[in-house]
Amino acid sequence: MSQVSCPECAADFSIEAGIELHEIIVCPECGVDLEVTALNPAEVELAPMEAEDWGE
Amino acid sequence: MRKRLRVGVLFSRIRVEEKWIFGAMERRGIDYDRLDDRRIYFDLDNPTPWLQYDAILERSISYTNGLYALKVLNAWGIPTINTVAVAEACGDKLATSTALASAGIPQPRNLIAFTPESALDAIEEMGYPVVLKPLIGSWGRLLAKINDRDAAEAILEHKDTLGSYLHSIYYIQEYIQKPGRDIRAFVIGNETIAAIYRISPHWITNTARGGEGEVCPITNELSTLCLDAAKAVGGGVLAIDIIEHPDRGYLVNEINHTMEFHTSQPLTGVDIADCIVGYICQVANGYC
Repeated sequence: MSQVSCPECAADFSIEAGIELHEIIVCPECGVDLEVTALNPAEVELAPMEAEDWGE
Repeated sequence: MRKRLRVGVLFSRIRVEEKWIFGAMERRGIDYDRLDDRRIYFDLDNPTPWLQYDAILERSISYTNGLYALKVLNAWGIPTINTVAVAEACGDKLATSTALASAGIPQPRNLIAFTPESALDAIEEMGYPVVLKPLIGSWGRLLAKINDRDAAEAILEHKDTLGSYLHSIYYIQEYIQKPGRDIRAFVIGNETIAAIYRISPHWITNTARGGEGEVCPITNELSTLCLDAAKAVGGGVLAIDIIEHPDRGYLVNEINHTMEFHTSQPLTGVDIADCIVGYICQVANGYC
């Protein structure tokens, strides 16, 4: 468990064990998508906005 | 002693599918690197850093990033899953339709026009309702079901002003009254490994749009159609979307070349991630 702060709403929360670098998590306070950009210590940034050519 | 297989995985985000694929590679003892498509670059005069890979799995969320990365990698002779030819055939709905038509694969009727005026003529000729789709796009986004001329004129005007030239290539598809579901089938190499129904009361049945999955039995008819459709676009690791027409039977609607399977893998019990990794081994000159 590692503490991070949401860059959108400043909420402090813990990220779960097993989360991987570049995984997307959701802020439990404001619901914004966050990308895990570092582990040990954990850091998050706002996830990239969905682009028109995104998909499968 | 033969060296261990070394694989690059090109990604945009680590979704659950990528985590499952990484897990499958670790269980098989495969060396792999995670290649963030936002951070890599290619020196076209120097392929050396990339030649360390026996194969590269392309899992970019961005169609454009993945496509151009594949162009470079295939030009250097590096095996990729999928190939750039497959990405070109699957990432653009018109390219998919022409490939399916050339192979005689049943599909919905599609019309193409290049101006709002000719698109309106085409829509009127086809008859309402019709579905207007962007050539490039996924997850059911920007699909428009057009029920009458007023809606057609409004949507065509909006698309004409959207900015991207691609929105001025009008891909018009007949609307098919589906039985509240469509089929998503997975083809890897020469096998249809799994299939689900995507069930929704909405005419858009993508699970990304709230459609729910249910296991679909793989009949000989379904499997044969899927394998033929996969072959038509070049084969590899593919998800085939199929509509059940009340009179014409199965119609291949779309083919996805970097498919998601977070619903299908747990639902079907088929380890799709491991099947993908097994296919990587075959493509990388039979390592595993």
